Amino acid sequence: MLRLDVNAFDYAILIIYFALVVAIGVMARRAVATSEDFLLSGRSLPAWVTGLAFISANLGAIEILGMAANGAQYGLSTVHFYWIGAVPAMIFLGLVMMPFYYGSRVRTVPEFLLRRFNPATHLFNAISFAAAAVLTAGVNLYALALVIHALIGWPTWLSIIISAVFVLIYITLGGLSGAIYNEVLQFFVIVAGLIPLVIIGLKDVGGYGGLKHKIEASGKIHHAFSTWSGTNVGHWTNPLGDWIGIVMGLGFVLSFGYWTTNFAEVQRALSAKDLSAAQRTPLIGAFPKIFIPALTIIPGLVAVAVVGNLNGGGKNDPTYNDAIPLLMQRYLPNGALGVALAGLLAAFMAGMAANVSSFNTVFTYDIWQTYVAKGRRDGYYLQVGRIVTVVGILIGILTAFIASGYSNIMNYIQLLFSYFNAPLFATFIIAMFWKRTTPWAGVSGLAAGTLGAAVMHFAGYHIAYFYPGGVFDPSHAKINAQMLNFYGAITAFVADAVVTVVVSLVTRPKPDNELAGLVWGIPDPNAPDPASVPKPQWWASPKLLGGTGIVFVVVLSVIFV
Amino acid sequence: MAQNDSEAAAPKSAAAKLFDIRLLIGGLFTLYGVLLTVAGFFTSSSERHKAAGININLWLGIAMLIVGLLFLLWRTLAPLRVEPHPTDEAAR
Repeated sequence: MLRLDVNAFDYAILIIYFALVVAIGVMARRAVATSEDFLLSGRSLPAWVTGLAFISANLGAIEILGMAANGAQYGLSTVHFYWIGAVPAMIFLGLVMMPFYYGSRVRTVPEFLLRRFNPATHLFNAISFAAAAVLTAGVNLYALALVIHALIGWPTWLSIIISAVFVLIYITLGGLSGAIYNEVLQFFVIVAGLIPLVIIGLKDVGGYGGLKHKIEASGKIHHAFSTWSGTNVGHWTNPLGDWIGIVMGLGFVLSFGYWTTNFAEVQRALSAKDLSAAQRTPLIGAFPKIFIPALTIIPGLVAVAVVGNLNGGGKNDPTYNDAIPLLMQRYLPNGALGVALAGLLAAFMAGMAANVSSFNTVFTYDIWQTYVAKGRRDGYYLQVGRIVTVVGILIGILTAFIASGYSNIMNYIQLLFSYFNAPLFATFIIAMFWKRTTPWAGVSGLAAGTLGAAVMHFAGYHIAYFYPGGVFDPSHAKINAQMLNFYGAITAFVADAVVTVVVSLVTRPKPDNELAGLVWGIPDPNAPDPASVPKPQWWASPKLLGGTGIVFVVVLSVIFV
Repeated sequence: MAQNDSEAAAPKSAAAKLFDIRLLIGGLFTLYGVLLTVAGFFTSSSERHKAAGININLWLGIAMLIVGLLFLLWRTLAPLRVEPHPTDEAAR
């Protein structure tokens, strides 16, 4: 019933797009001669390219459809996932943490942990990241196949294979440059696809005022047009719970953990051509992130207003996740429909490619080169990188096929990896600012935090506070899963921080000379003279960009309070 | 690894050969813009009605055409320069 009325014009638009996707891979192939060219784009890209790729790697279709679904379910409170839950962390990464990553010349985030801590900490992070990345790639592939099946009717297995082949071509040939260039292109196409939905949708419901009136009259969403209402601690009514969970759990722990330590993101900044460009990568990415909610939340709300049976609960009723495809079907004529579809399919492929292109780097450098085959010539690792890319995609395909049979297994695996992600920021921030932090504190802190997240997740189901109105529901169906997730993250952070500090006090720290460039206050004596690096124009200074981003977020938060 | 680049056997990075993505973004948007603008002139009244009275192909086409041409213009005004790697050089 959600079948789109795709005609030859739309197919022509899709074919042009996919031909270009392959062409990017083929053309980027010429620029690959070393493993670093393949896995880190030879650290040569300008800041605007890495900045847009930084945001695009996160702007996969699962994210877009999911945030539109959140918009339909929670209303404007969904902006917390952007303004609190992303932008501050991106600015912190650019201004504070990037000098440690880029300045220390590490090639991956796990490699930073190896130099700062020890092999145990390194392996703990490298393996959990690599496994999560390759399985997430598979989940993206499966979600893509589901959407293609629903929208244009191709069989699921065929869509899985075809999309995997496209990704395989452009990242096996072009490496990270192929992935990044496609991400930049995808960014513009998805924006061009979503803007018409917002404009037509708003006109259809009578503008923002009309949308507000319709949603409030329907009574479907609590506090649909405010972001902080009902977040009082003790008696919350906001769909995302109380402000402690939102600010500390989402805004601090989860957001900083994801944006500042997830290698799929940090890798985009490490591929920039110099430290200043690396710093500007997440800062440039922050500006689109501030405004993307307009492109996801508004379609979600419009869908609530115009689609009567959205999330009706009946067998054939569309779910919140269908909000954007429903509006595409309802509003877009052939042509604009092709552009929106190209953007959506490209976003799915980007979600997969970002994960595979970070998986191959961590596997090649952190697992293969560090523990299995050390000290070979560079051409060997380039070859390994290519093979690992192919293997990663094959595992992704396998994962997608498993997911199509047992979708619940995928949910459990995703949940498991979220336990590993939750405590990461605690370890990084303590390690960067407290030189006394010892090698064994790293792995014990991470293990304790992971355990803390898991324990809180299970315990939370038995705590009445996480249920609407504080009324315990024995079937656990009504639990506020987002809020529990935020509190689980806080638990992970506290457990990690406490164990890291305690273990540090009873074990032996590294000598200062091994920490040069990795810890605040111990400069790297071999670092290039700052005066030798070309200074960016005043308008491109990282501090100015970061400050402007914060001002935008504060002003918008006040307007939409 | 970067620190060992000075070893005799290490191959040289070919990153400088990377093409300019602005050409492809500009080209794609210009092409899409022309296609959609032309389609916009043949919009049927039922299609216009479907899109809340907006001739969306025409407007999207014009907007994409402008964005595409701006990328091509930017590329012409500020062509890609191959810059030396200042941080690398100093680190060796």
